Amino acid sequence: MSSQILQLVLGLLAMPAVVLAIILPGELAIRRFPQKRQSSLRPWIWLSPVLALVGLVIAYPLAASIVFSFRDAMASKWVGFSNFVWAFGSAMRPVLVNNVLWIVVFPLLTAVLALSAAIMLDRVKYERIARTFLILPTAMSFVAGAVIWKMMYTYEPPMQPQTGTLNAIWTAVTGRMPIAWLIDRNVNNYALIFVAVWMSIGVATLILSAGVKNIPRELVEAARIDGAGEWSIFRFVTLPSLWPTILVVLTTQAIFSLKVFDIVYVMTNGSFGTDVIANRMYTELFVKQNLGTASAIAVLLLILASPVIFMNIKQIKSGGGE
Amino acid sequence: MANVNLRDVRKIYNQTQVIHGVNVDIDDGEFVVLVGPSGCGKSTLLRMIAGLEEISDGQVHIGSTIVNDMSPKDRDIAMVFQSYALYPHMTVAQNMGFSLQMRGNAKAEIRTQVEKAAKILNLEPLLERYPRQLSGGQRQRVAMGRAIVRNPQVFLFDEPLSNLDAKLRVVMRGEIKALHQRLGSTMVYVTHDQIEAMTMADKIVVMRDGFVEQVGSPLALYDRPANLFVAGFIGSPGMNFLSGRYASGAVWIGDVSLPVSDLPVSASEGRQVVYGIRPENLAITDDDGLPLVVEVIEPTGAETHVVGHISGQRVIGVFRERFTTRPGGVLRVKFDPRKVHLFDQQSEQRIN
Amino acid sequence: MSAIESRTAMSAPMQSTSRLGNRLKQVALHTAVFLLCLVWFTPVLSLFVTTFRSESDSSRTGWWYAFIEWRPVLSNYVEAIYLTGVGRSVVNSIVLTVPTVLGTVLFSAIGAFALARMRFRGRIALFLAMVGFQVLPPQLVLVPMLKFFLALGLTGTFIPVWIIEMGLTVPFGIFLLYGFFASIPSDLVEAARIDGASEPRIFFQIILPLSGAVLASLAILQFMIAWNHLLIPLIFLGSGSLSPLTVQVASLAQTNAGGLNTLTAATFISVIVPLVLIVTLQKYFVRGVLGGAVKG
Repeated sequence: MSSQILQLVLGLLAMPAVVLAIILPGELAIRRFPQKRQSSLRPWIWLSPVLALVGLVIAYPLAASIVFSFRDAMASKWVGFSNFVWAFGSAMRPVLVNNVLWIVVFPLLTAVLALSAAIMLDRVKYERIARTFLILPTAMSFVAGAVIWKMMYTYEPPMQPQTGTLNAIWTAVTGRMPIAWLIDRNVNNYALIFVAVWMSIGVATLILSAGVKNIPRELVEAARIDGAGEWSIFRFVTLPSLWPTILVVLTTQAIFSLKVFDIVYVMTNGSFGTDVIANRMYTELFVKQNLGTASAIAVLLLILASPVIFMNIKQIKSGGGE
Repeated sequence: MANVNLRDVRKIYNQTQVIHGVNVDIDDGEFVVLVGPSGCGKSTLLRMIAGLEEISDGQVHIGSTIVNDMSPKDRDIAMVFQSYALYPHMTVAQNMGFSLQMRGNAKAEIRTQVEKAAKILNLEPLLERYPRQLSGGQRQRVAMGRAIVRNPQVFLFDEPLSNLDAKLRVVMRGEIKALHQRLGSTMVYVTHDQIEAMTMADKIVVMRDGFVEQVGSPLALYDRPANLFVAGFIGSPGMNFLSGRYASGAVWIGDVSLPVSDLPVSASEGRQVVYGIRPENLAITDDDGLPLVVEVIEPTGAETHVVGHISGQRVIGVFRERFTTRPGGVLRVKFDPRKVHLFDQQSEQRIN
Repeated sequence: MSAIESRTAMSAPMQSTSRLGNRLKQVALHTAVFLLCLVWFTPVLSLFVTTFRSESDSSRTGWWYAFIEWRPVLSNYVEAIYLTGVGRSVVNSIVLTVPTVLGTVLFSAIGAFALARMRFRGRIALFLAMVGFQVLPPQLVLVPMLKFFLALGLTGTFIPVWIIEMGLTVPFGIFLLYGFFASIPSDLVEAARIDGASEPRIFFQIILPLSGAVLASLAILQFMIAWNHLLIPLIFLGSGSLSPLTVQVASLAQTNAGGLNTLTAATFISVIVPLVLIVTLQKYFVRGVLGGAVKG
């Protein structure tokens, strides 16, 4: 325990120390140069801690992963494209199919629910309180969310008292057999996706609420005077104005679907046909100890994420951030 | 206190030249106003004196030193910004004392200096407030106080009154002028408002498109503008311009002849000229005057502005009298021949 | 007179139907919002209630029976803290998270300061790279980072986790702070420059004090990210004596050691800090989310 405290103190001192130890001597060193040269050197002094950090944690692993993906399990010799052949082969196919399901269902469901929530909350006076309820799950870890929903999905054999909330409601309302939510292959992937929706809706609603409030009131009033009903206002004013915001939500959630790990890891650990790319990568790396295939999966994730990466860059470039 | 001299100063932004070889001499203790329409380069020039913009070519002297390569803090200047640029998280006293703190002055010394400056500007009761708790005029004064505390060689003002309402602007105009008389420091002041320039300056520098159009005292600029641009820029309502032809000692607009008292030096018969006359140099006369066809009459109370035309050219007159003439009616006016400004139509330069 | 009467007579029923319609719409709206909140809150409530139920109660009946026969016990918390190592994990989570948050804020701030307030070649390209790095899947960094820190002999300490968590969030942090720093009027910085402030002074005495709110937003977001992450600490700290709460709870959930009720108590302990933070500091959380997301 004392070693932990020591590390805490060390970490708290090290962070500002590193920053100051680079910037202050750097500034002193360039002080003797003329103005113009100072201002061309200065950015690199200030950026050096960030460049070192991002270089180490992102740029280097990016390059290394690409290299490893062409090497064998121990990263000791080149194997060409065989890791990728494996990644697109029959072993990975069900995993990829699951991820496609995630990428399609999760963003859409989240966006639709969050949009409805944003529009409804905009019209009630207790918006802040209602919003807090929606955000609560966001503050929790996916692990905690998974534990909670494992309880919600609890399955007891038929005729036993159902202790899981969902099955208790289901059997009471429909009078049918309880459902094994996490095992039944017809529903288990959707059950997992819903947990992610439950946890993500808070942030999505916040973003869409901001969008809803950004719609000029005059626009809605003009439409109302032009004779538009609620549905027409939604269809012709709200939705088009919100479209860029909805796109932000959809892309963010799509990226999340690629990375999803914790929920599946805790709830099913990939069994019963629920495995996804990120969990498979963990298995390859730590169970099968295969650097090559794990890296190939990582590169595959990168390729799948790249359209969104470039879309974001393009959007910022065309005006947003600059 | 020091003189400021600009020697062939140029500014080039990515191949576009925005300041073209400006030469201006500002004497010790002088109040100089840089004036011109927006985009004329006046602010850029001021920022070059401050050291906030690099000087592409030429030299800026403050006192006897060339400051081109000096950082702003080493130039011994103070600047009052249009937005005031008060530090929002510091009290008035902290704002005013910040530069002294940066110099490493002792706390007590800073306190005395701040109080001294606060006294000059009546800021004493506000010293512990934050900028957000002050009115626009008070913020303006704090910004000036911050400059005074430094006791700089040169004060620079970048449109300091633009964010104030019209009434307050007049008050602060007076205060800045009084401050100048009290401190006797060199001040360089940028504005787009020619009335500010006229009322405050010892010397005005009129700029356009990165060139200096004319330098002179306010009345010199008013009485003898060097070119059409200065003539039109200084004065409100602006000078009337009538284009005509110079022939036999007068300017002809169609068949109407306009009087000129002092003949242009290089007057050649038939030359195309612009005849300038300020609105207040029109006077009501008898039937033998020029016919001014009235379009609009604007009574301001003290005087009456008449907008109309003479031989189809637009003319504004300012008169002490009041009229009941209706639009479309005719007033007989005469021009004061000693107050005529003649410009060459081609070069736009003054020729009389 | 009669015209007016007939008009009111005509409009009265119409008005009342539209008023009734509005009333119905309002009822439907409030019902929908209430149901949404209920569905979203019930799982949290079920967790909270279960932590106070005994193992035998939970195996027989659903958590809602606690409202019928209220027999609260504290044994689940006692067991979680003393027997399953959750107490130790709380300390580990703090050791993991707090330096990460401090470092993320500092590194993002100096980076954003350079990108937003200095002019140099490659500025835009670097900024765009940060935008791109934000959405990079963190799985990508696992293998090379593991090799790297193994070679340095630093695995089994918190250093790799601090560095990786910082590295993964700093691009976002720079993006978030960039917008705010760029919006600080340049007059302020120039006034400070004329007043004689050096660049570090401008940064520490002008920029940072003005940015309190946005720095708090970044801090609270990174706190939640780092506190809640599973994968990185799982790999670099393992599920032993250094494991933070997420790893500990995940391993309890997978092994079923200690039983369901202990697990719920452990889970509740793991979520209480972020829950309190998000309710009390909601303003900063919302600002951070919006500042980082709305790019249209």
